[in-house]
Amino acid sequence: MAKLSLRNLNKTFAPQVVPLKDLSLEVEDGEFLTLLGPSGCGKSTTLRLIAGLEQPTQGEIWIGDRDVTQQPPGDRNIAMVFQSYALYPHMSVYDNMASGLRLKRMPATEIHHRIDEVSQFLGLDGLMQRKPGQLSGGQRQRVALARALVRRPDVFLLDEPLSNLDALLREQVRAELKQIFADQPTPIVYVTHDQTEAMTLSTRVAVLNEGLLQQLDSPKRIYTRPANRFVASFIGSPQMNLLSLPCQGEYALLGRYKVPLPQPIRLPEVVLGIRPEHLRLARPGETLALALQGQVMLVENLGMSDLLSIQIENTPYWLRALLSPDQSWADRQISLMLPSESLHWFDPQTGDRLF
Amino acid sequence: MRQDSLRQREQRTGWWLVAPALLFLILIYAYPIARSIGLSLFSQNLGTELQPVFTGLSNYSRMAVDGRFWQSLGNTTLFTVLSVLLELLLGLGIALVLNRSFRGRGVVRTIALLPWALPTALIATTWTWIFNDQFGVWNDLLLRLGLIQTGVNWLGDPNWALWTVIAADVWKTTPFIAILLLAGLQSIPADLYEAHAIDGATAWQSFWQITLPLLLPQILIASLFRFAQAFGIFDLIQVMTGGGPGGATETVSIYIYATIMRYLDFGYGAALVVVTFVILSLAVALAAWGLTRLRAAHNLGDSR
Ligand SMILES: Nc1ncnc2c1ncn2[C@@H]1O[C@H](COP(=O)(O)OP(=O)(O)OP(=O)(O)O)[C@@H](O)[C@H]1O
Ligand SMILES: [Mg+2]
Repeated sequence: MAKLSLRNLNKTFAPQVVPLKDLSLEVEDGEFLTLLGPSGCGKSTTLRLIAGLEQPTQGEIWIGDRDVTQQPPGDRNIAMVFQSYALYPHMSVYDNMASGLRLKRMPATEIHHRIDEVSQFLGLDGLMQRKPGQLSGGQRQRVALARALVRRPDVFLLDEPLSNLDALLREQVRAELKQIFADQPTPIVYVTHDQTEAMTLSTRVAVLNEGLLQQLDSPKRIYTRPANRFVASFIGSPQMNLLSLPCQGEYALLGRYKVPLPQPIRLPEVVLGIRPEHLRLARPGETLALALQGQVMLVENLGMSDLLSIQIENTPYWLRALLSPDQSWADRQISLMLPSESLHWFDPQTGDRLF
Repeated sequence: MRQDSLRQREQRTGWWLVAPALLFLILIYAYPIARSIGLSLFSQNLGTELQPVFTGLSNYSRMAVDGRFWQSLGNTTLFTVLSVLLELLLGLGIALVLNRSFRGRGVVRTIALLPWALPTALIATTWTWIFNDQFGVWNDLLLRLGLIQTGVNWLGDPNWALWTVIAADVWKTTPFIAILLLAGLQSIPADLYEAHAIDGATAWQSFWQITLPLLLPQILIASLFRFAQAFGIFDLIQVMTGGGPGGATETVSIYIYATIMRYLDFGYGAALVVVTFVILSLAVALAAWGLTRLRAAHNLGDSR
């Protein structure tokens, strides 16, 4: 069909308000790309630029071999699901879905056919004559989705479509979304600030911060090899431990403990990252010289595991570790191992990944 | 069981609480209406030396052949329909403009509301001068533009007089409608328009398919208000033309006023009041019914 490409997009609302600085990326057919980032990082702005609801200050937007940068939204053949759903309150579910097709002067039989197909698929059959005001939140969400699907657009845009659902429903709809969009042969751009959604749904994730692309990768690599300190701290919950340590050629110094670097570097300081879930207890046989001794200061019960805040002996450093809740950790003295394959190293100045 | 008795007690308390208001309403509204209906069955005028004489429905049969009554009813209808229609159109236009954000919108909105805040008698006097045949601004303007050769006596010409009062009324009341409709417009979420635009709608299509249907309740309410007000119009016309020339601008209210205050024909005046009251009640009931239907169709308020 048609791939979507953004070329050096910039949006400047005012000299001080530049939600999008310079964004280039391509979304292939059938690819599910998620824009992920903290609030205000320019996700919605990007989506609105693609949809044509805002004009970029600089840059181009292409769909296939069409330059749509200057085209009005209606000519781009894009469908968008809004966070608020934006259902027309005075129209029935059927008319909501038919509206876009009628605007394109599609024959009524074809409209009927398409709506039938989609509404059966989404289980909306019995609701066609209702008004949006008579639907539950989940049903409204589905109607909004159906309204986009019947259009059979060149590109799908979804702006936090799950954020108005309660936690349980969100999980269920997330799974449904994955199924629905697995079959769509078009680029899909999905905006969220929920990393679970991003991880489970996407083929690729674009992490944004302050209007700049931080990393564009598969969900797995975003998690295992964050490109910089921001991505490392943003992805993963509980957050990755990030410690600024003095550096001595081949070692970083964590108190009296020497953490070996993969390669020698010439920096006075280095940032060490390790996820709480990758820290483990030293086993009885392991050399205690290589284990970090620490005092458990705080235990938070997360259900399947305990989140421990540990102060490393004779240092100002704290680490948080996820450990099994089968014993009581409070106030204990424990030895932790840092598995070298799970360590991330970042440049303290630029924040970029070193190895 | 218990809940029922609780409810009953609440209801009894409720009645006690509304009783004073109810009493006032009865004294202020129900009594005069009932009194008018009673009086309309009597002749009480200079012919009967102002003594009430029971004459049954004769006042009403007199009305049926009273040309002046029918003319005033026609004038009233014409005035009401034209002024409300013009006010709605202009008001909607102004509301649409004010709904866009632009620099100085707040100031423009305040200025736009001024005519509504001015006393009617003042406005009427001003417009009388504007339409004055010798010194009026309107004639001066038309003369300068070369559209007329000599000054027209707008208020004195039976063909024009009604239009002059309509113009004054539209000028005075359009802001009220504009503000009412603006409130309605502001309650329509912007993302509906965005979704519609992405679906391929032009601004014109969005106006017809989104703005108008969602604004219909406000339009109906505004029309209802204005209809009731315009149908009873008195002050503006009394000051501008006094119902003249030759009854060309005489509305029902003015005719009733003349009948009672000038001809001292209380019985017939009361009959006129009753008929006007019935017509107005019917129209208001009809509009209110339409509004409820619309609300029901829009179902249970908002989904958003
Ligand atoms: N129309 C506008 N005029 C001025 N500034 C705007 C406008 N729209 C957005 N912004 C600013 O641009 C920045 C990015 O906004 P955007 O809506 O893209 O954030 P977001 O990433 O979608 O955040 P969230 O997760 O909270 O939805 C914000 O600082 C916002 O204040
Ligand atoms: Mg947003």
